[in-house]
Amino acid sequence: MVDEILQSKNDLKMQIRNLNFYYGTHQVLKNINLNIKSNAITAIIGPSGCGKTTFIRTLNRMNDIILGIKIEGDILFDHKNIYDDDIDVVDIRRKIGMVFQRPNPFPKSIFENIAYGLKINNLTVNKGELRERVEIALRGAALWEEVKDRLNTSALDLSGGQQQRLCIARALAVQPKVILFDEPCSALDPIATAKIEELIQELKEKYTIVIVTHNMQQAARASDFTAFLMLGELVEFDITEKIFTNPSQKITEDYITGRFG
Amino acid sequence: MNKRRFKEKLAYSFLITMISIIVLSICLMFYFIISRGIRVINWEFLTQMPRKAMTAGGIFPAILGTFYLTMGAICFALPLGVSAAIYLNEYAVQNRLVRIIRISINNLAGVPSVVFGLFGLAIFVKFLNFGVSILSGSLTLGILILPTIIRASEEALSAVPNSFREASLALGATKWQTIQKIVLPNSFSGILTGAILSIGRAAGETAPILFTAVTFYSMRLPKSIFSEVMTLPYHIYALMTEGTHPESQVPIAYGTALVLVFLVLGLNLIAVILRNQFRRSKKW
Ligand SMILES: Nc1ncnc2c1ncn2[C@@H]1O[C@H](COP(=O)(O)OP(=O)(O)O)[C@@H](O)[C@H]1O
Ligand SMILES: [Mg+2]
Repeated sequence: MVDEILQSKNDLKMQIRNLNFYYGTHQVLKNINLNIKSNAITAIIGPSGCGKTTFIRTLNRMNDIILGIKIEGDILFDHKNIYDDDIDVVDIRRKIGMVFQRPNPFPKSIFENIAYGLKINNLTVNKGELRERVEIALRGAALWEEVKDRLNTSALDLSGGQQQRLCIARALAVQPKVILFDEPCSALDPIATAKIEELIQELKEKYTIVIVTHNMQQAARASDFTAFLMLGELVEFDITEKIFTNPSQKITEDYITGRFG
Repeated sequence: MNKRRFKEKLAYSFLITMISIIVLSICLMFYFIISRGIRVINWEFLTQMPRKAMTAGGIFPAILGTFYLTMGAICFALPLGVSAAIYLNEYAVQNRLVRIIRISINNLAGVPSVVFGLFGLAIFVKFLNFGVSILSGSLTLGILILPTIIRASEEALSAVPNSFREASLALGATKWQTIQKIVLPNSFSGILTGAILSIGRAAGETAPILFTAVTFYSMRLPKSIFSEVMTLPYHIYALMTEGTHPESQVPIAYGTALVLVFLVLGLNLIAVILRNQFRRSKKW
């Protein structure tokens, strides 16, 4: 079923093929094959330690900074392998943004947090444009109204949920095509979580989203496709509705119904 | 009173005694230096040249010489040390070579300072032909404080949370941009604190400059980086060991010691204040 939906190549933002990943000799991802559709939300679920973080970090080559890793297989982004030798990693990371598990704003002002990515990538020509782009990013992350009067105060004074939305705004500012979320709400209260979920729904209009979550409700509510990982293997990948109503694997059902995990 | 309580009291009294001994020694030392040195301290003492074969006049050239040497040392050691720290902490793969480099740096910190003096004499004074000069002395002192600066800088760099680096890289920053714009600004205070403490250390050293920079007595202020200089610690040594008028020289030596001690304490105080300020403002 999912194969039919994901068969039109033009719709695929990323394709993961035969992906193996090792920390030293410890294999963490085992022959993963997965397609990620444009302007859709793909959720990655699975018990903790199954390799979700590792997986999502292979998508923007964030694992490159860890020593002693080995990676096999292809990850195509717009039909080009991001692990090819002629690929500029820095450019890939700009196009494939990332929001981390814990909000990690820079110890700078709210404005500077957003402006940072624009400056280092030389994306703006003058002050006026910079200001404009910062505002657009903050609006995009539904944060503008809350912070517009205190753009020059420290980002660290914001609440956890606001900080996480700031991190989303920061990622939006550099105009990525894909945004990766690694359990973005795990450090947040339910209200802040709801806001972020709502935001992610809006973002899918413009961006391709991959989100790791260990919250079943979140995956069920908020995603179009769901991949279930277990011990580094992709057990099942399908449209979310199917996974949560009629999974093809017994073990998937056991997991989503909370029988383990 | 039971035995347990008695032991408790005994241990407590013992520790109080030990602390008192330490505090007393420090007070005694200060009292000693201040009481003997304060008499000669006045504006003239700080701003005038020595006169009458150092039995009168001021110590201005020694203050200036110490200032030149420490500034020279820090100008040389800070860029070198910070660069080394950045390499070791941000770029180096933790292999055997890097471990050897680290061990060497730590060992450098344990080398007696007179050995640095000999090294400076052989390399800077003789081989590079800088002569006994501010330049040779600064370079020698620079090497002496290099391990402190590297270690303090490395500590400051590694205190910057990795999540900042990751956030920056994930936005498409290069490694160097990340270091320049995120890591260094957030470790600046730590590096500065290390640098100030090093200046204090360098200001008080005698042995490394003994053969490389100092002169016993100078009629004029140094004219260039190739001039010899008088310095505070060596001035004390000279006053106590040379000359024929101890009755007028010894008070000057104590006065000089007082100036030196307050200089070093002042620097340490600045470093401590900076560090506390930094700790308070830091929220991560
Ligand atoms: N930097 C690392 N070095 C070595 N092993 C790691 C590292 N990061 C994660 N692992 C291991 O890889 C496995 C998967 O971890 P992770 O991808 O973080 O799982 P998840 O995000 O699903 O909880 C775990 O067994 C973990 O111990
Ligand atoms: Mg994880």
